[in-house]
Parts: sequence; C-alpha cells; structure tokens
Amino acid sequence: MPPSALAGIRICDFTGQLAGAGATRWLASFGAEVIRIEDPVYAGRWDILRGAPPFVDERRGVDMGGAFNNHNVGKRGITLNLRTEKAKEILARLVAVSDVVAENFAKGVLERWGFGYERLREIKPDIVYVSNCGFGHTGPYSGFKTWGPIVQAVSGLTFTNGLPNREPAGWGYSYMDHTGAYFMAIAILLALLHRRRTGEGQWVDLACTEAALSLHGPALLDWTVNGRPTRREGQPHANRSAWPPMAPHGIYPCRGDDEWVAIACRHDADWQALGALVDEPWCRDATFATTAERCRHQDELDARLSAWTAQRAKFAAEEALRGAGVPVSAVLKPQERIDGDSSTADFRLWPSVRHAKMGEVRVDGQPARFGKTPWRFDRPGPCLGEHTDEVLTGVLGYDADEVQAFRAEGVI
Amino acid sequence: MTALSCVRVVELAAAPIAWAGKLLADMGADVILVEPPDGDPARAYPPFAQDEPGAAEESRSLYWWHYHTSKRGVVIDLDSVAGQERFRALAATADVLLEAEPPRRLAALGTDYEQLAAVHPSLIHIAVTPYGRDDPKSELPQTDLTLMAAGGPPWSCGYDDHSLPPIRGPQQAHHTASHFAVLSALTALLHRDASGEGQFIDVSITAALNVTTEAASHTWLVARQTVQRQTGRHAAVTPTRETQERCADGRYANTGVPPRKPSEFAALDAWLTELGLRDELPEAVFLQMGANWEGPFDLSRLGSDDEITAIFGAGREALRLIASKLPAQDYFLGCQRAGLAVGVVNSPEEAFEDAHFQVRGFQVPVWHEELGRDVIYPGAPYRLGASPWAISRRAPNLGEHNEEVFAELKAPANR
Repeated sequence: MPPSALAGIRICDFTGQLAGAGATRWLASFGAEVIRIEDPVYAGRWDILRGAPPFVDERRGVDMGGAFNNHNVGKRGITLNLRTEKAKEILARLVAVSDVVAENFAKGVLERWGFGYERLREIKPDIVYVSNCGFGHTGPYSGFKTWGPIVQAVSGLTFTNGLPNREPAGWGYSYMDHTGAYFMAIAILLALLHRRRTGEGQWVDLACTEAALSLHGPALLDWTVNGRPTRREGQPHANRSAWPPMAPHGIYPCRGDDEWVAIACRHDADWQALGALVDEPWCRDATFATTAERCRHQDELDARLSAWTAQRAKFAAEEALRGAGVPVSAVLKPQERIDGDSSTADFRLWPSVRHAKMGEVRVDGQPARFGKTPWRFDRPGPCLGEHTDEVLTGVLGYDADEVQAFRAEGVI
Repeated sequence: MTALSCVRVVELAAAPIAWAGKLLADMGADVILVEPPDGDPARAYPPFAQDEPGAAEESRSLYWWHYHTSKRGVVIDLDSVAGQERFRALAATADVLLEAEPPRRLAALGTDYEQLAAVHPSLIHIAVTPYGRDDPKSELPQTDLTLMAAGGPPWSCGYDDHSLPPIRGPQQAHHTASHFAVLSALTALLHRDASGEGQFIDVSITAALNVTTEAASHTWLVARQTVQRQTGRHAAVTPTRETQERCADGRYANTGVPPRKPSEFAALDAWLTELGLRDELPEAVFLQMGANWEGPFDLSRLGSDDEITAIFGAGREALRLIASKLPAQDYFLGCQRAGLAVGVVNSPEEAFEDAHFQVRGFQVPVWHEELGRDVIYPGAPYRLGASPWAISRRAPNLGEHNEEVFAELKAPANR
C-alpha cells in the first residue's frame, strides 16, 4: 500500500455540518486519524445532517443520512456527554494525544465546556486549534449564528449571483460550507507546517464571511480605488464577463426541458469561428465585429445566439461549437456528469464505501491525483458512537470495565 | 517566522492558479511568478486604476493587483532553448511548481515532471488542467464559465422560474481549482518534510467543481434523484419554501434554515410581541407551541407530522412579517439578537465597509510606490495567531525581479 501523506497526525474533531466536516474529510483521505466527537444526549443531532436526506431507502434515523456519510467518510466517531466531569477527563486525555483540535461551533461553545484555547494549550502545549465560525471570534458580530446561505448573503456572494433588476439568485447550495471547509483544511495544514518548523502550536480564528469576502478581490479594489460599487444599474450580470471582457458569454437555452449550453468567445478569433459555424447574417453584422462592440450590444447578441441554440439539443450545440474551437460546455445535470461523463469516472472521482447500515454507497472523491501518496477512504462515515469503545481502549488506554461503567453512568 | 518561510513556489502565470499562488504568497512563501516576454494577458484585464489602462508595463489592472500580491515576477521565454534552461535552473530551486499549462506543453519543452524530478526528486509539481492531465478534453479551450457548466454548479443555481438561465458564480471555477491546488501543495509539503520525497499531483478543475456541489452530487449518488434550482435557496428534489425576504427598504435578507429549536421559537415570539406585531400573525399560537416543545424536533417528520409542520410554518411566517416592516440591516441585526441565523444580502462593498469587518482589520493597506500611496485591499481569509497572513508587496511589474532572482540562480550556494 502506498504511504499516506498525513500518517501519524491525529485530529480531535468536533466539526460537523459541511463547513467543518468537509475540512477534516480532506485530512482523513490522506491518512490523518480523525476522531469525531458527538453528543450522545441529542444523538449527534447538533449536526443537522445526521438523519437528514438523501436516504438509500425508506429507513430513517441518525445513522442513515446520506449527506452525513458523504462528509464524514474516513473518520471514526465517539460519543462524549460533556455535561459530565468524567467525559471532560476523557476529552482531556484525547486532546493530550492529538495534534489538532478542530471545531465549527458558534463562538464560546467549546469554552463553556471548559476547553477554550488556553485550556487546550495547558493540556497539550503545541496543540493546533482551529475554530471556524461565520464571523470569527472577535468583532461586533462574533456572537451571531450562520449557515452557508447566511455567510453567502452577508459576504456579497449571494448578491453577485443574479441577473439585473431581479432579486438575487444566489447559490443553490452552501458554496461557502464547501469553501469554508477548504479554507479550514488549508489553515490546519499551514499550522501543522508552522509547528513542524518551529515546534509551536497556535490558534487559528477562521471567519467564513472573511474567507468569502476575499473571493471578491477585483470588485473590492474597484471600490477602494475607483469608488465604483457593484450595486449599480445593470449589475449584477453573473453569466457575463467584464474581467476580461468577453462576448458572447453566457448560458443559452437549448431544445428540450431545462437544457442549457454555456458559450464564451474569448476574442475575435473565437467569434469568427462561431460566426463561420452559425453562418447567419447577424454573424457578419459590423455591430458585432469586435469584442468592445459585442460587449456594447450584448443583449441583442444574446437574443440572436439564443435563437440559434434553442433549435439545437445541448450536446449537439456543444459538439458543433467544440469542433469550431470555441469554448463551450453543456450545463450538465448531476446524472450527466456523474454517470454520463467518462472524464469523472476516468478520474475515479466517485469511490464507494461500505456502510454498516446503508450498505455500499458512492461518495464524492478528491479532485487531485497524487503520484506517491494517493487519497483513499478506508471507512464510511461513522454510525453514532460506533468507535467509542475502540478509541477509549485502543487510543486512550481505558480498560473495558471502565468503558462499561462510563456507559452505565451516561458519560459516553 | 511564517508558516511557509523557506518554501519557494514557482508559478507559471495562468488564470486558474493565480489565486492559489496568492494564497501561498500571502502566507509567506517565496512565490516567483514566471511570465512570457509580452507578459501575462491578465495584466490587460479591467478594471483599471482610475479606469486608465496605461502602458502595458505600468500594470494598472486591479485584477492583476489582486491576484498577484506578495509575489516576485520574472520573465522567461519558455519557447527558447535558453529560456527552457533558465526555467529548469529555477525549478531546481523550487519546493513547489504550480502550473496550468496545456497537458503536453511542458513535456514538449523538456520541462515536465519527469525531467525536473530526475535532478530534483523532492520537487512537488502541481498541474491544474480542465479534466486532468490524461484526459484529451483538457486540450479543449475553456473559460471559467464553461468549466463551471461542465463541473455542475450552475445546474443548482438560479431562479424558481426555469425559463431564466442557470447562474454561475463568477471566477469560482478558478477559485475552487486553486483551493485544491493549495490543499495539495500543503499536504505534499508535510509528506516531503517527513519523507524527503516530492511527487507529481494532477488536479482537475471540473473534478474540483463536481465535488463542490453539495446535495446535487450526493443526492444522485445516494438516492438517484435530481435536485432542481430555486431562487436564493438550496436546490432540492421537492420544492421548498422561499427563504429570501424583501425587506422594507427593498433590500433582501436570507432567513436560511428556519427556526428549529424551542428557544428560537420563544425568542421569535418575544420579538414579535416587542414589535407589536403579534396580532398581525394568526399562526402566532404555533410559535408558543414550538417554544414549549420537549427536546429536539425530529426533522425527518417535517411535512408528515401536522404539529411540527405547523410550528415550522409559523416560524417562517413570523420572519416574513417582520421583514416587511424593517430595513434589511435592522432585520438582520434583530434576527441575530433573537438567536436566529439570518443574513442581510450585502453587495461586496457593503460587506467590506461593515463595522464588523473593519473592527477585525479586514481592510489592509498596501504600499504602491508608483502611486506614492497605500491602496486598501481585502485582508486575511484566516487568522493564524503565530504565523500571520500578510501582503508583503504589491503585484510585480513585468520582469521586476529578473535581476535578483537570476543572480541567485548563478550562485546556488546562497540557497
């Protein structure tokens, strides 16, 4: 078996939902030992994805959530009732043998349980502690609560995804839970590299809204340098491109129900190639001759091109434009890109895990192929408390009788 | 000391990886940006400072400024034999090579992983391509938009009215690819530090997008069902209620996940009363019922259990009523004070100017010697207590660091 890039790194993992779980998922796939801690009293339901759809069949319950399984593959799971002193002692023992403590609670939750950064550092001086919450741990909104859609709203990502003179379309999913998780995993890896060089641990305060705001760079500089706001007439127009200017540039209707194709002409050569293919009088119209002219007359251009695409099936339009050398892609539906696009299968993007209750389930893979240390998912997402006994005995050194007593006393 | 002190990254200028290079450079890596003799095309992307493009070497592109902070810039003509030799010498000093070239280009120039690793086995080479290095489709011309369409996000984004097109998030294909490029680089650095060995890493942009679609992918993988896009909220198999509220000032707020804890129903009921609006809401009685509920709600019974459904419906109606009475920012603050996860829909600059981000120091001045003044940039995406994020310099002018970087190559003992 090839080596694991992150072998020997242990994560004491309080994360949940996607914004946190997505971060430790990356680490687990490269061999880090991720131990997820959940609350037995509420059956782990702080993570709203436990027991939430999609489901493999008609069975329901905290171990049957498909999204939870997807986001927690490769991790072990234990339960600790942190209202009890004994559970706190168990947690302290786990922190003492961990490299990282990761969490995405609202500010103050871990501290209330007695495990703020100062305490963590007492237990393990070089601990890496990464907290991920919507507004971070300082500032006037630090006590506010967020989900992905809220982060996206406050940070401008919802606003910029829309069409002029309509309400924001926003994101049809929690883009910032995914992306917040990527930033969180990046932060954990950065802090581990820092520790390897200096021997010191640290606290990383990740505010998802700031990570999101950093994705608006050129627009923010247009504001700070030129005083030009994005809230202005004609904006936002999310499918168009001003930086760099391209036209046509959009998502156009095709024949059939809810079928679309994305087309972009980067420069005049792309436009001429498109014109040679479409070969209608408007393609030779002087008002569309240059990128600057096409950008100026984009509404009319889009109407013309839409009329052409609407007569074609999306894959036929894609094939024709691709043959002409124009950047193009059909807007793929989930089934089309997962089961119908050989490129995702060839990249081995959809691995299966065998779940104790759900059976064989496909999950998202990682989009990077490592030559020497490939990722893999050795186990499915944990059932509630599935690994409590083996972690308490195998990692923390309790004996079976002690574990049994913990269970009888409601500690685990 | 920063997290990436002593890490050198050589970045071959290309749109999909510019953000990856910035993330590494702002954390202290020595990122050397390699451009062709006539410069990277992004130098000519608008918007420009004062809307004046200026001469090419002036680099007044704000797009360029943003994506290339903290990097040094050199010019190497990879199409010349001398340039290829110089590039090999530079790559031999690198910990990480970051590139998004067409799949076969570097091999044709004798500068691909096999040739570089033969003399420098600890090199980490990250290749970012549309579909992966081995896929012939990676040779096709692509833009951020067409990559998004192929990778899945737009299918889930747009309006309830499906006669309107799906909507893509501008630049997010390149950003998402960059996030995975950085994750890959850091993971491989930890492995190299432990083992001494480098490796080649093949990052696919469309694969990165395919696994950044949340429910769209796993709903198909697990249940073979297809989510449908909805205005301002999660695409879903079964239509869900609207969550975007138009507030009294015409701006919007997103109410996200509805109240779902007894304490939240209690707080909402109290706020409604405080605003004098309780009588306007016939469903208010269900808020009280939600407030008195024992234990957590079983969300899998939402829609089938009449009581739970009525309580959750009342939560939504109360939020809608209050939104119609308050400006969006006040609504946001009021909801949050009631413990509800609600967000005002800001434009980027409205968020940037908000007191919260100002207090946290998100507005960062960067010195521009040509202008003789600071320019305010967006700040850190994460705050590492012991290894601070920082913009160490403005984006490089074309070939600005040729002399110092090439001089180092002639004196390898210095490294």
